[in-house]
Amino acid sequence: MDQPVHELPIGAWPAGLTRVPFWVYRDPDVARDEQTRVFEGPGWNYLCLEIDVPETGDYRTTMMGAMPVVVARAEDGEIVAFENRCAHRGSLICLEDGGHVKDFQCVYHSWRYDLRGNLASVAFRRGVNGKGGMADDFDITAHGPRKLRVTVLCGLVFGTLSSEAPDIETYIGPDVLVRLRRVLHKKVEVIGRFTQQLPCNWKLYMENVRDTYHASLLHTFFTTFRITRLSQGGGVMVSDNGVAHVSTTLAAEKGPDDSYSGLRADNQELKLRDPSFMNAVAEFNDTINLQILSIFPGFILQQIHNALAVRQIVPRGVDSMDLHWTYIGFADDTPELRAMRLKQGNLAGPAGFVSMEDGAVGGFVQRGIGSADRHAAVVEMGGATADSAETRATEASVRGFWKIWRAQMGV
Amino acid sequence: MLTEIAALNAACAQALDSGRLRDWPGFFLDQCLYKVTTAENYEKGYQAGLIYADSRAMLADRIAALYEANIYERQRYRHILGMPLINAQADGSVAAETSFLVVRTMRDGQMMVFAAGIYLDRLRQDGDGAWRYAERIVVCDSPRIDTLLAIPL
Repeated sequence: MDQPVHELPIGAWPAGLTRVPFWVYRDPDVARDEQTRVFEGPGWNYLCLEIDVPETGDYRTTMMGAMPVVVARAEDGEIVAFENRCAHRGSLICLEDGGHVKDFQCVYHSWRYDLRGNLASVAFRRGVNGKGGMADDFDITAHGPRKLRVTVLCGLVFGTLSSEAPDIETYIGPDVLVRLRRVLHKKVEVIGRFTQQLPCNWKLYMENVRDTYHASLLHTFFTTFRITRLSQGGGVMVSDNGVAHVSTTLAAEKGPDDSYSGLRADNQELKLRDPSFMNAVAEFNDTINLQILSIFPGFILQQIHNALAVRQIVPRGVDSMDLHWTYIGFADDTPELRAMRLKQGNLAGPAGFVSMEDGAVGGFVQRGIGSADRHAAVVEMGGATADSAETRATEASVRGFWKIWRAQMGV
Repeated sequence: MLTEIAALNAACAQALDSGRLRDWPGFFLDQCLYKVTTAENYEKGYQAGLIYADSRAMLADRIAALYEANIYERQRYRHILGMPLINAQADGSVAAETSFLVVRTMRDGQMMVFAAGIYLDRLRQDGDGAWRYAERIVVCDSPRIDTLLAIPL
């Protein structure tokens, strides 16, 4: 059962899901293959919120891995998406984060595109005074940026370049879908957007999100204030294909809990002078304090009490990534509930009492494995499978990540 | 008044840069608002902050967490402050706008321009006549934070 964890040939993968060779976080060839096989492969990528493009002509720019993408609302109300790359010389078509247009025009040579990304006109196509211009047989319908399939679920816009991706509900699986709908059950409103640049491979961050084992050990704040402890109720669900996960923590039971005594994370010295920011309401009519949900490759939905956020992972080379945070509330929030969200926002984000550590720990691994291409990480808590569990003292969800990653990468 | 407010800014920055973080909440009134946001969020009117505190006690809690709870690599800041642009208000408070630049130096010596932006301050005198921040909105020019924001700006 116990496998050696050293001296693997680079490129080889140990049997099973309990070992992850460190070269996967460092190899530029892996990063290049991930773009074609994962981000442009047969899965769904989160692109933006539906409310980012409410009206015809509204657009928002986003990323699908390394591929720049425009999401737009077309004349018939449909949300469409296409590569943000002019068919002429490859320049970005849109330079802003978002806006409202009648059509799109590349700044370089004024090639125009309609709202669906179809090439509509080429400047000086017939030349000037009968000279120059494009050949008569140049067919503008044969040129244009790559178009995405788009689907909208719970106000989230997802896209894929693959015709083989199953419908989004099948991709996520029924169990996690219920948890997504639990939170995103009515119209949301953006209350903040921030970008955190992390000094690590994107997979280290996604593993951290899916790692239910670390949360109450790394994050003293969680443990001390009993936001999430492994001894609290809850569990982790992993979809059969490994694509989606959701971890939940139920509200703490009253009374003493000495399961963390002696661990650094249980700091009983820490007392809040202003505990008002921990004031919360059970807005989803259940006892789930905390729910972290992810959809492969790069989408995360966070509910920590009333602090809600969508996070999008965008790789930037093998050892860097952007994490785009969109803090959300609901359009019908009462002023009291909105005030709670703003104060609880201190838990998450780049400066979050909890999340700041997740921003750093991937970098600790990235630096730690600087010469470990022949070695492997041990991912063995809670067994060897990627099945749902009624405990968070498991790495089942991390193994689920590798299950889908390896399926898409073909390794 | 300009000198007093510039001196307050300098003293506040010195507390952060010299590692006397526990002194930092003392530059604020008991009832205050401290928010770190970005130019884009500010212009769009988004309410959330990277840090959002509506009392001096919340600021003290954040500092306590930095000492006793949070994990981050050893680092220090160097604030370079501009001249405050002040505007006395009819109610006796002062609105001040001050540019800042923060260079962050990590334990291994790596330095970077970590943040640049403006402090949008509202100042009032406390019971002893000393100027204190009733409100400090830290508007960072960049929407991007490198790794984490631990020490306040």
